[in-house]
Amino acid sequence: MKKALAALIRHPSGRIGLFIVGLYLIIAILGAVGLTPHNPLQQFMLDRLKPPSGNFWMGTDLLGRDTMSRLMLGIGQSMIIAFASVAFATLAGTVIGLLAAWWGSLWDGILMRLMDVLLAFPAILLALLIIAIVGPGTLTSVAAIGIVYTPIFARVVRGPALSLKRRDFVDAARTFGSSQRYVLTRHLLLNLVAPLAVQVTLALAWALLTEAGLSFLGLGTQPPTPSLGLMLSESKNLMTQAPWLMIFPALTIMLGILGFNLTGDALRDILDPRTQRRDA
Amino acid sequence: MSYVVQRLLTFPLILLGVSVLVFVSIRLIPGDAITAMLGTEAGMMTPAQRAALAAYFGIDQPVWSQYLRWLGGLFHGDLGISSIYGKPVLTVILERFPLTLQMALMSMVIALLIGVPLGVLAATRNERPSDLIVRIFAMLGQSTPSFVIGVLIIYVLSVYFGMVPAMGTFTPITVDFWASIGQLIFPAITLGFAFAASVTRIARSAMLDVLSDDYIRTARSKGASPMSVVWHHALPNALIPVVTLSGVEFGYLLGGAVIVEQIFALPGLGRLVLDAITQRDYALVQGSVLFIAFNFLVVNLLVDLAYVALDPRIRLGGR
Repeated sequence: MKKALAALIRHPSGRIGLFIVGLYLIIAILGAVGLTPHNPLQQFMLDRLKPPSGNFWMGTDLLGRDTMSRLMLGIGQSMIIAFASVAFATLAGTVIGLLAAWWGSLWDGILMRLMDVLLAFPAILLALLIIAIVGPGTLTSVAAIGIVYTPIFARVVRGPALSLKRRDFVDAARTFGSSQRYVLTRHLLLNLVAPLAVQVTLALAWALLTEAGLSFLGLGTQPPTPSLGLMLSESKNLMTQAPWLMIFPALTIMLGILGFNLTGDALRDILDPRTQRRDA
Repeated sequence: MSYVVQRLLTFPLILLGVSVLVFVSIRLIPGDAITAMLGTEAGMMTPAQRAALAAYFGIDQPVWSQYLRWLGGLFHGDLGISSIYGKPVLTVILERFPLTLQMALMSMVIALLIGVPLGVLAATRNERPSDLIVRIFAMLGQSTPSFVIGVLIIYVLSVYFGMVPAMGTFTPITVDFWASIGQLIFPAITLGFAFAASVTRIARSAMLDVLSDDYIRTARSKGASPMSVVWHHALPNALIPVVTLSGVEFGYLLGGAVIVEQIFALPGLGRLVLDAITQRDYALVQGSVLFIAFNFLVVNLLVDLAYVALDPRIRLGGR
């Protein structure tokens, strides 16, 4: 873990990625404890649609709310949904992939075909269907994004797990009488940490993107809670009068996704020697 | 070859799974179809009228019997009647599909025209400034959501060029070729941008892989010109992963692009499904999701077949 982090810092794009991710986490925490320049929900009636200034660094919106404070809270909201949904997808996908590989034959077929069914849905439509059933909200976004990405993790885990299962050291552990749970967690899961770490980081980038997309459609985070996607979509009608309402959320979304993508790519470089210096 | 046969056999199975999943999940959405269809007028109906309407759309039956009836209808192209449009579901879908197909094709063409040359350029200048610039472009492209690009394009067009991209209308390509292309060019660029970035990355890394192969060294040592080595010897093999990636991406795009269609107010498949879900048009959701999943699976199957055809190592049973 420490070694991977040190290698990441040494990697040129990994360093930039880690910096962005760290910055976003700090901003999210500052927003969560209320350390924003202004109250993000307060409407400064006399300062509506003001361009960036010393008081409002990123301007104000139609209701006179401070864009920067809202962005800080929006980052927090996006990060919570991204981390929670990826945690869900990682857990569910890993369990399904491991069991499919371990039980083999019929169960493998059933579980993986079920994953294929989920993969045959376009991601955003599957999320829309789930949101229609449960109603939009933070938890729904987490569940929807989590379910959409579960099959990908199941696939990432199943392949290597299948080949590990046939390796001698797993056979040896079983002959020595290790319990099934011990073999699964100690010998299989531990060896899957590297491919999973790469997948988790890249999935965080997609989750951020999907969350922003759902909020952009008005189906993610519900107002008055600020969210990056919704701020961008609301800016659409005002873009000629108040371009700052569009530019800052757009840059915030891009930079966040970029941060996770850079980190994920760097991790892949470091953990997979074959692709070293290739996919940067 | 058994791999392909296996894929063909699981194909109907996955479609069946998709159909069950969508059939059940749309019925889990709170609120009933009749109220969603008629809005406030639903309150004015007598129970008998309500029942008659439910019977007309076949939603008075138990769910399993509705499912079997629907499945039976599928085999002769009957997907039911859309409650929003009052027309057969298949007709509604086929009205929307040309736009989605054309937009997907246009974005793929844009992505390949930009991505392949950039990827090759970057690979042949590995670690030099031009390679770095291409890589930064590709990374940024992959990290920019389509709606950010779309909103930026509209902003630039309206502020700097004083024009508004054609919105809301679509002329089929068979009616007026250039008008049709013109209406979809900005949405296609929006979708093609991230697509081009992925193509660039995969083309670059595939090209780097191939360029270090022995046969390339042989070609070089027998005196083939650098241009000929890159375009003639290396590119065909480097294109295999590009074909796979583009195919899968194209398959996704055939499912409609909800967000981009929403930004440019285009009547494509994505918004059709969105409207159908919000208005509880059971038959239309079922039909269109199945249609989208079917296309996606067919495209993926074709990609796999192309992969087998392009790579003799697989064709000759190296798996």
